[in-house]
Amino acid sequence: MSRFLTWLFGRLPIGWLQLSHNKTRLAAALAGVAFANLLVFMQLGILGALNNSTVAPYTLIRGDILVSSTEGDTLTDSGNIARTRMFQALGIAGVKSAVPLYIGTLPLSMGDGTSAALLTFGMDTAQPEFAAPWVARELDALNIESTALLDKGSRGVSASVFERLERGEPYAFEINGRTMTAIGTVDVGGGFLADGTLVVSDQTFLRFNPKRSGGAPSHILINVDDGASVQTVKTRLEAALPAESVKVQIMQDAAAADLAFMSTERPTGIIFGFGVLIGIIVGIVIVYQVLSTDVADHLKEYATFKAMGYDQPFFLGIVFEEALVLAIFGFIPGFLASSVLYKALASVTNLPVEMQAGTAILVFFGTLAACTLSGAIATRRLAAADPADLF
Amino acid sequence: MGPEHAITVVGLNHYFGHDEARKQAIWDVNLNIRKGSLTILMGPSGSGKTTLLTLIGCLRDVQEGSVHLLDQELRDAPEAVLVALRRKLGFIFQAHNLHESLTATQNVMMGLQVHGKGNARLQRAASHHMLGLVGLSDRLDYLPGNLSGGQKQRVAVARALVSNPDVIFADEPTAALDKVSGVSIVRMLKQLGQERGTTTVMVTHDNRILELADRIITLEEGRVVSDTSPI
Ligand SMILES: Nc1ncnc2c1ncn2[C@@H]1O[C@H](COP(=O)(O)OP(=O)(O)OP(=O)(O)O)[C@@H](O)[C@H]1O
Ligand SMILES: [Mg+2]
Repeated sequence: MSRFLTWLFGRLPIGWLQLSHNKTRLAAALAGVAFANLLVFMQLGILGALNNSTVAPYTLIRGDILVSSTEGDTLTDSGNIARTRMFQALGIAGVKSAVPLYIGTLPLSMGDGTSAALLTFGMDTAQPEFAAPWVARELDALNIESTALLDKGSRGVSASVFERLERGEPYAFEINGRTMTAIGTVDVGGGFLADGTLVVSDQTFLRFNPKRSGGAPSHILINVDDGASVQTVKTRLEAALPAESVKVQIMQDAAAADLAFMSTERPTGIIFGFGVLIGIIVGIVIVYQVLSTDVADHLKEYATFKAMGYDQPFFLGIVFEEALVLAIFGFIPGFLASSVLYKALASVTNLPVEMQAGTAILVFFGTLAACTLSGAIATRRLAAADPADLF
Repeated sequence: MGPEHAITVVGLNHYFGHDEARKQAIWDVNLNIRKGSLTILMGPSGSGKTTLLTLIGCLRDVQEGSVHLLDQELRDAPEAVLVALRRKLGFIFQAHNLHESLTATQNVMMGLQVHGKGNARLQRAASHHMLGLVGLSDRLDYLPGNLSGGQKQRVAVARALVSNPDVIFADEPTAALDKVSGVSIVRMLKQLGQERGTTTVMVTHDNRILELADRIITLEEGRVVSDTSPI
């Protein structure tokens, strides 16, 4: 190791030798960096899951423009909008087609008395262009009363149910005392607000949600004429519909707005974002502690090196070398532990928590940056190394 | 000063502290030290030996008067000049000041690496050779913690000599050692210095070393009170 580093740096790896000489301190420092990494990874993992589960429902639907009530916050947490708005929209130049979309939460009761809250999408089976292709294929079948597509990622539903569904065997369960029959699956995944997703026809939706009326869907989905500008049609819709009660969004913008809302205006998003910050601070403080103690412990040696003619860049090099060692060797265990915890968390909660290369790279470079910053602060102590004090 | 002198000191005064606490430690010192000689600085504790050594060794800023070291005026010299000059010097301290996490070889290599010359393999070979000269060829890869006091000081001597410095400054290099190893280290220093034409300035109280000196300068209360050449 030491010979390799000597070759790499073109000088003796003093920082590495110094750190590895004091094994206890090195272990404590690495554990600290790994722990900070773990903190950041867990927060980012949960934030990622939050983001995933926020945009995942969008994968069920298709459409150029989303028209909603201004009372709603996100796709799945929306107010109701009058269906007459849809007829108004259909009269506007450039609008090719429009459908109402009904979204609500239904309790799925298991045989054992437990239940799962399912986010239920009521879709117009006559207009498959507003459903994702893999949902559209199944829409015809949903015309049969009280049938549904059940989310494979639903929390609290046993895996055997999905095995049976894959084999084509329907699965009947109860919602509010009525029987619903799952005849197929979708793959959306549980989120923070619901345990899973159910896709049904708009007729079935209204039957199971007696308080909801066909005249007041959750959103209106709009497709524009081929070749028409989505932006132009959006502007026309905004001019035609009352801005104080109706919100018109391009579909991609709606997903982005949901993400922004969930991560900055909902406490969950803020808490986990704050957690990332805490993790970073913990890491910086630990590395600073280790490096500045190490500098203080070696002032005499550094003063000796100064007397021998070593200059400031050499000493900065030592401290940054130590920061680099801590960053790399602290990141590895932190990454491994986080990967294991992600798996555990995902299997327990069914949240889409997974280690992504982008996150890992981000955290690694963040660790490097944080360690370098701590190193930079710790180098202030180098000034205390005065060769005149050596004799 | 002339070309035969490694060090020339003219009208050197030095003060510690400020205002009322200001105290003069060096009083009007004038010296020429010949190249290749072994000069010993003596004097009671507090007489200013260390202060004088750090001043002419460019470890401490010159306040008043002038110090020429290897043809370079130290007074008001920029830090970069001092750093470059220090690379032509060797220091041996009372405490060996070896780096505890470096082996004997690596400690000696540090004396070479500062010059940035040669690759690690050559530096290692040169360090092994130097450690052989101070009688430590069987301790090359020992950490300082596993060496005796005399062995550590010999590593420090090897580190100071390995880069063939023009001047060696040593402050009581034998104080932490028993008499026998103390004398043997100074003999070694003198012999290696003679072979290489190195100038050596050494502070010591050790009477048994005096006979090795080309010149003995005695300080009292910051002044030179005697200057003799025993040989
Ligand atoms: N850093 C300093 N700050 C203030 N006074 C100092 C400092 N260093 C030395 N002195 C004072 O300067 C005088 C000379 O000290 P110096 O260390 O040079 O003596 P010395 O001859 O080396 O003594 P010793 O034999 O004890 O090592 C002493 O009075 C000492 O107290
Ligand atoms: Mg002294």
